[in-house]
Parts: sequence; structure tokens; C-alpha cells
Amino acid sequence: MGKRVGIIGVGQTHHAAKRLDASGVELIAEAVTRALDDAQLTMADIDAIVVGNMDHFENINYVDGWAVDGLGACMKPVFKVTTGGTTGTTVGACGYYHAASGLFDVVLAVGWEKNSESDTQAAIATCANPTLERDPFAGAIGPLATEYSMYMKAFGATEEDSARVAARDRNNALNNPYAHSRQAVTVEDVLNSPMLSYPVKFLDMCPRSDGACAVIFANEEKAKKLCPKPAWVHCSVVRHDYTHFGDLEWKFMPTLERASAEAYRLAGITNPLKEFDVAELYLPCSTCGVKWMDSLWFCEHGGAPKLIRKGTFDMDGQLPINPSGGVISCNPIGATALIRVGEAAWQIMGKAGDRQVPNVKKALCTGFGGCSWTGLMILGADLP
Amino acid sequence: MPSWKDDVEVLVDEGKISVPYSWTVGSTLSRFYCELRDNGKIWGNRCPSCGKVFVPPKIKCIDCYEDLRDWVMLPGTGTVETYTVVRYQEPVLHPRKAPFVYGVIKLDGADTGMVHFIGGVDPEEVKVGMRVEAVIEGEREGNILDIKHFRPIK
Ligand SMILES: [Zn+2]
Repeated sequence: MGKRVGIIGVGQTHHAAKRLDASGVELIAEAVTRALDDAQLTMADIDAIVVGNMDHFENINYVDGWAVDGLGACMKPVFKVTTGGTTGTTVGACGYYHAASGLFDVVLAVGWEKNSESDTQAAIATCANPTLERDPFAGAIGPLATEYSMYMKAFGATEEDSARVAARDRNNALNNPYAHSRQAVTVEDVLNSPMLSYPVKFLDMCPRSDGACAVIFANEEKAKKLCPKPAWVHCSVVRHDYTHFGDLEWKFMPTLERASAEAYRLAGITNPLKEFDVAELYLPCSTCGVKWMDSLWFCEHGGAPKLIRKGTFDMDGQLPINPSGGVISCNPIGATALIRVGEAAWQIMGKAGDRQVPNVKKALCTGFGGCSWTGLMILGADLP
Repeated sequence: MPSWKDDVEVLVDEGKISVPYSWTVGSTLSRFYCELRDNGKIWGNRCPSCGKVFVPPKIKCIDCYEDLRDWVMLPGTGTVETYTVVRYQEPVLHPRKAPFVYGVIKLDGADTGMVHFIGGVDPEEVKVGMRVEAVIEGEREGNILDIKHFRPIK
């Protein structure tokens, strides 16, 4: 059993479609400086650093060396991880593992991406097997459209259900000064936006952003000393799926289902809908905000549309999801899942500003990527 | 090895990925390149805490993690710390044809070295410790090749 670990500081950039004022290293420095300020630490307090992004989005393969000044990593141990869309939760998990191991007291975890530097869809296509699926079935939008299409047919979900999720997340982003896209949007606006790939429309889908996020993990002893109200890590779970898109189960989300089941077991959660106060979920498309609710055990398979229509996950609902505006409002890919962790930590710490949910004791955050992989963390106000 | 493998013609799928990139130079390096392009001058930035001067400029002090807001103009002269004579053809992207010389030049007023070409001299005559000066291109575009090379000070 590892040491207990708390999050003691979070920082993120002001994200945008194009941050022409800042290189990747400057984005990293902005997020790291803000995290240090948030925790009231200096770089001298940091014992180890974990960093992650997707190499092919910037065509830079040694961020761990090239960004040393922005990371503050000179003469410190640095660990680079990259796992596609889940990079942010993997960076978070790796920061947590470092601190929990007892080998490092205070660990800085950094995710970043400068999506404006390349053609994101072309770069994403390289995640598919080049001798099999890259040509006939690649990119981000098509596969997500395919899975929701099947869910609609199986359970009677509608395009309006996903549009409702899109409007919810996009309007939530109005309360988040860091979000890239902040626009008041109605369900009608979403339904009337251009069709990208049936049933996914323009306003259902995430953008690509420039940005970075930094989260500071500390073991129990240090966290108690350095932070008045740490967000304690109750568990961190990762699950990967099959090799080929064609192998996947499309009616539900198996890695999310298995990862959350294991996480709930570890954290002693029996009724997730009741026990969580807030969730920051990596929903790359509003359709996932319908279908994947089943796989988080909030309801039976096919039960999500009813909850969505009831407003269960709205800011004033039973379990607010994505007060930050979520991924469809902001998506610097290597940072995206770490932003979920950082936002959830701020909700516990009471630092979420205008998007704060009152009195948060337990928060759920997830990362999604690759061939439908899941990285997932549960944070709490009380020690695990 | 299963016997059926003997009868298989193994295939290789030839591919080529060409993704265009446009890299953000960033505020720090943009300032360095604009000074070079517009005024033909080399600038560095100094750490307010330890006083170290970085050329090319850095985002943060490597030792102190301080912002480097103090900018200093350097005379463009320096000393060759080390070098090599390249005699093979570099890949297509490389701007120079062999043989050419490159090395590390410690600029006067800087605490860090800078890598660049050493030219205007026979490769055989380049020496460690040689005093050199920057040769600035006449037509400048705002990148590192606005410095043509460093040549010996006569
Ligand atoms: Zn310094």
C-alpha cells in the first residue's frame, strides 16, 4: 500500500485556439508558475516532475529536455509519459504514484499541448494501426459518431439529448475564465449547427486548443504541512481496451465501466450518483455525455437519456457535471484530462470561483483517449 | 515456427506522412529574433536573482526559476569554445553543404554558449579560443540564420 497523497496546488493557462504570444515552453511556464503560486511554493520545493503531451501534435519528441526551463526541471528527476487523450490522467496518475511511492515528497505533474501547430485530425489519424485501420476508420469525430449512432438505435436516445449536454457544458464555460470557448448556446443552436458526421454536429464536438495545466501532488505528511485543505486522492485507476476499433463494444463504454467499478470498490462508493458532489469528465463530444453516463453506473444501460432530460447533471441538478465547461469548451489535448483533475481538486479546495459547486466532499474525474481508454481519479475532502 | 508461414509472401506497406506544422516562436524568442531582424543585434536576458545572462534567451532561469525580464544587448563578439568540421552531407533539411564548421561560441557578456556556424575561414584554421564576431545577413527574416556565421576577428 502506498502513502496517502493530496493535491496541494493547481495552475492552468488561459486557453485559446491559438496562443501566438506563447510557445509550448512558455505555456508550460505559465501553468507551472500559477500552480506554484496556488500552493505558495517555489521550485525548490519540487522533488520530481512528470510531463506529458502528444509528440506528433507539435512534431517535438523530447519535451522532457526541450522544455526544461519552463518546467523548472534542471537537475531534477523528470519522467515523460504520453498516452494519447488520456495523457493528462496518466500524468496525474504518474504524479500520484511518485508521491505515493514514498520516494518523492512533492511532485509536479504537467500536461500541455499546442494544437494550433499542426493539423490535429491528421496527427490523430496516426494513432490508428497504419497497416489496417488508419485508412478506413481514423480521426476523432467519425468513431464517436458511430458509437452514438448505435446507442441511439439501441436505447432510443436522441440528437436532442446530446444537444442538451452540449448546451449545458458550453453555458457552464461562461463561468470559467480559463476556458477556450465561452459562448451562450441553446439546444436549438446545437441542433442547427453544421453536421460533421451523423449524428455529431459542430457544437457537439470539442475544439482544439493551446494550453497547459500543472498539478502538485504531495504525500500526506507534506500535504498537511503545506496546504490548509488538500484534495486527497482516494484512488487512481487506468484501463485499456482491445487493439482494433472493430473489437470495441459500442453500446456502452467497457473501459469506463470497468475502471469506475474498480475505483468505486477502492473508494468504498456504492451509490455514485448520490455520493459524488461534482464530476469533471473527459467528454470529447456531447454524445459521450449521454452514452457514457450508463458506464459510470449512474443508471442502467440505456437509462442516461432520462437523467439528462431531468437535468440531473446540470449545475443545479443532483450531480453537476463539468462546471468548467468540460472538453467541448476547451481541449489542449495533453492537458485536457489533467484539467479535469485540477478542476475537481479546486472544487474540493473551494477555489473554483464562479463555477464552484457548494460544499464538495467527493469528486470524480476521468480521462479518455486512444482506442477508448480510461484513466480515472476520485478525490475527496477527507483522508481516504 | 508454424509451417504455414513458409508459404506466405510477407508484405511491406509503404507510407509517407506529411503533416504541415507552424511553430509558435513565443514571446521570448520573438523578441530575440525581432532585434536581430530589425536592428541586426544580438540580445540576451538576465536573471534578476543570480545575474546569469542567457543567450539565446530562456523562458525562465534554469537555476532559480525566475522570470528573465532584464534584457541586455551584446556586442556580437565572442570566443570559440569548441567546434567540429562536418564532412558528410546532412539530411535534406540542413541549410549548409559540407564541408562546413560549426561549434559553440561564448558571446562576450553571456554566461551560456550559443551554437552556430563558423565561417570566413579555412576549416583547418579554426581553433578553440579563437576570437570571433557575428556576421549578420543583409536580408533578414527573423530566424537564427539571420546570423550568417561567426568569423575570426582580424
Ligand atoms: Zn537565476
